[in-house]
Amino acid sequence: MTTMPDTAVTTQVYRVYIRATPEAIWDAITKPEWSRKYGYGGDVEYDDLRPGGAYHAYTSPEMRAHGAPDLAIDGEVIESDPPRKLVQTWRMLMDEQLASEGFTRLTYEIAEGEGGVTKLTLTHELEGAPQLAHLLSGGLEDVGAGGGWSFVLSSLKSLLETGESMLH
Amino acid sequence: MTCDLSVTYFNRVTDDDDRVFKALADPTRRFLLDRLFARDGRTLTELESELEMTRFGVMKHLRVLEEAGLVVARRSGREKLHFLNPVPIRLIHDRWIDKYTERRVSALADLKSELEGTA
Repeated sequence: MTTMPDTAVTTQVYRVYIRATPEAIWDAITKPEWSRKYGYGGDVEYDDLRPGGAYHAYTSPEMRAHGAPDLAIDGEVIESDPPRKLVQTWRMLMDEQLASEGFTRLTYEIAEGEGGVTKLTLTHELEGAPQLAHLLSGGLEDVGAGGGWSFVLSSLKSLLETGESMLH
Repeated sequence: MTCDLSVTYFNRVTDDDDRVFKALADPTRRFLLDRLFARDGRTLTELESELEMTRFGVMKHLRVLEEAGLVVARRSGREKLHFLNPVPIRLIHDRWIDKYTERRVSALADLKSELEGTA
């Protein structure tokens, strides 16, 4: 049984410490050769990592085999400061209702710490997107929609630290 | 023991898990997390109003949660908002719980794909 939050929560914050350089984390977020190895496993595509650059995220072959469309997410770069900060718009396209909630705003902040550990903070502003918020908080994991950002960041950490993908 | 900022990664990991388990081993702190789960991004004043505890007491508990990474505080204008960060719990889930439930889950997944395949 999943529970919906009792009021409209508009911002979600996720933080994880990863034993990797900020550059490695930046690459893992922005390059398809990395993005296909963690999280939902699809390729990302940033046409240009500068303001105005288009962003697309594709479904994985496995998801397409289950009837998913090619394109999962679209958006546009708002602000970019490699490898420290990336702000972009983000719209989920895999479901009509989710797509109709429109563009949300996603921020990645990458801060180098001591001892080779880097702090990655993801802030997702989800104003007007309650269903997407529910999905991204892992609220639909029981029905096969995956564990949202927690799951994505956990598998990202695992990939960068062990070199092994949690995906099969 | 004082907090050493230059801890090695292994200390960091062990300490992280310890901190998460310790933070969760208290009913007030679990209550605070539940309140943030119900509605995220709250101020200290809001959280305090739901507990019969001094402001200082609530602050102390929030600090333990922040140190464990379970709560992330962010400034929004003049306010400091507290957000539930579920990632440390997910990491424990992926590291410990998955290990013991993997077989059962994969059996269920096989069943699911078998049923869906014939649907």
